[in-house]
Amino acid sequence: MAILADEQTKVLVQGITGREAASFTKDMMEYGTQVVAGVTPGKKGQSVYGVPVFDTVAQAMAYQPADAAIISVPPLMVKEAALESLLNGIKLLVIVTERVPRKDTVELLELARQTGATVIGPNTLGLISPGVVKLGMAGGPVADVKKAYMPGKVGIASRSGGMTTEIANLLTTNGIGQSTCISVGGDPVVGSNFLDLVERFYKDPDTEAVVLFSEPGGVIEEKLAEWVQAEQVSMPIVTFIAGRFVDEMPGMRFGHAATIVEGEKGSTKSKIKVLERAGVKVAHAFSDIVTILRREYEV
Amino acid sequence: MRLLEHEAKQIIKKCGIPVPRGEVVKTVDEITFPPPAMLKTQVPVGGRGIVGGILAAATQQEIRHHFERLLATPVRDYLPTSILVEEMVELEREFFLAITHDTVTKMPVAVFSSQGGVDIEALAREKPEKVVSMHLSPLRRFPSFQARELVARAGVSGRLLIQLGAVFARLADVFFEYDATLAEINPLGLSKDGHLLALDCHLEVDDDAQPRQPEIAAIEKQEARFAGGRETSEFERRAQEIDSMDHRGVAGRVIEFPGSLGLIIGGGGASLTAFDAVRQHGGEPANYCEIGGNPSVFKVTELTKHILSKPGVSKIAVIMNVVSNTRVDLVARGVIKGILEKGQDPSQIVAVFRVPGAWEAEGFKLLDKYGVPYCDRTVSIDEAARRAVVSTMP
Repeated sequence: MAILADEQTKVLVQGITGREAASFTKDMMEYGTQVVAGVTPGKKGQSVYGVPVFDTVAQAMAYQPADAAIISVPPLMVKEAALESLLNGIKLLVIVTERVPRKDTVELLELARQTGATVIGPNTLGLISPGVVKLGMAGGPVADVKKAYMPGKVGIASRSGGMTTEIANLLTTNGIGQSTCISVGGDPVVGSNFLDLVERFYKDPDTEAVVLFSEPGGVIEEKLAEWVQAEQVSMPIVTFIAGRFVDEMPGMRFGHAATIVEGEKGSTKSKIKVLERAGVKVAHAFSDIVTILRREYEV
Repeated sequence: MRLLEHEAKQIIKKCGIPVPRGEVVKTVDEITFPPPAMLKTQVPVGGRGIVGGILAAATQQEIRHHFERLLATPVRDYLPTSILVEEMVELEREFFLAITHDTVTKMPVAVFSSQGGVDIEALAREKPEKVVSMHLSPLRRFPSFQARELVARAGVSGRLLIQLGAVFARLADVFFEYDATLAEINPLGLSKDGHLLALDCHLEVDDDAQPRQPEIAAIEKQEARFAGGRETSEFERRAQEIDSMDHRGVAGRVIEFPGSLGLIIGGGGASLTAFDAVRQHGGEPANYCEIGGNPSVFKVTELTKHILSKPGVSKIAVIMNVVSNTRVDLVARGVIKGILEKGQDPSQIVAVFRVPGAWEAEGFKLLDKYGVPYCDRTVSIDEAARRAVVSTMP
């Protein structure tokens, strides 16, 4: 089954008349997602693959209340678009746009905290609960989604959009189905990080194990390790950390204050060490993800 | 983007934070500042003091001598094109102030220490009680009263507390107004006559916010602010050219390595995974390369030719994640075309082709026609990398 969204979730697309947004709107609908309305200021009265377009989120909500908004608007307009949906009562935002200024992200996340909304992204391909719902671009057209994803009980969260599908594909070709697969977003600050999502998976009765795809930088893996230890988490968590060679390359440096907040962490070596110490399984080769899942969890 | 010290100081000064008197000069004859003075090399990296990038001069002669020396001294591969000549300030105390974004809580965070001018990372490690921090609301910013709360936690009180609170609040304004990802003053000095002065300042501005930061964008466009950094090789420059020849997709973000196996891999996470896997299996990559976003056949062709043109490259591995946006057949066509245009045999040059996903049937048909070894989605990225490495072994 699914976290975050299900077949009942009604979806609104902000920026629906854009080329990319129109294309993923079509893919979502063909996968069974209920896309109820689109919003592009100034384009009221148009329709995109049969979805009516409104000038404002308020108009769209009056026509048909939505539970989730997918945001695909230019980077400097993302904050306003998010604010508009949040203030109209939407509780789940999926922000597809990349290159959103960091300040705008932290501001919109503060507003989301105030309204009790969940944000995925920015810079996310979206999420899929196989056979149930798909929000955003994740997996591409339905024919491709069906090849790579299959329903089951393993959750996936990935810092790389493309690798979300790649991991699902690895599991599917080995007969292991997925509950929900989330592209977390490539930015340093995202609305829902591994810590937030693993907690959700842990509470989800339909998820029995989790696979994470990680990259160098940031300290979220270290925080996850602390949480796993503190909560004595029993659910198997398998991580794969790409970019080990980056450790050996010059030029990767954080600012002073960032290293104080984050310590001398962030390297793949450090991440692997703390995760393993906390009992999180680290796949040292990509296909080991399957081997470890089979060992840790009866699939 | 990291601003140079004098650029950052210009900005904080405009926002009401006092800085030492001084001037930025590019040639020795421009110097008008009288001794005694501090001379500081202007390069976009920290830790300049430790490597001799900051010198004190007591006489006119010393100023000129130090100036020439700094201009000729690289700091971690960077060479300055200008030197900051500043008044020498006698200090009573030093503090550390910084604001950055905390990626875990997703909030801005202010960091303060009443022991500035030191290696703050070491201090935070060894005496964590000396370093205090507080999360901020990006909407309320960091009013002086809140800054005073933080500073008071570090044991500061009296007139100094009020002064520090005011400077900190202004630093927060700079952080937010200029879309900084880091705003740091270290040290903030208390002079013998009781004034606070920012002796050094480090500002990093969010590249993604540059469209609305004309002042910063103008600074970045200034040519010859400094020289050096990691040198882009001719090979890498040519790859960038190929990438810019066509707006469709990415093909050409390339870093050169000394090995013999050419890589066409992508994008982002998949290229990291494939590169690691090639090395884990004992392969020696000739390059790191990202492709994705549905590049045109032309772009892939040119990139393939470019990678093959590198001396010592005998084979190419093409490995991507399951694609839905990029078309498999277009990548296959580009790779084959590139090899043919080099007058070589695709079946001999491609070590492995592993790009499953959109339009794969058409792609596989083409690969079959030229006898190129390929695999489908049932072969994982690391297994494909292993096959590529094995095929290059004698």
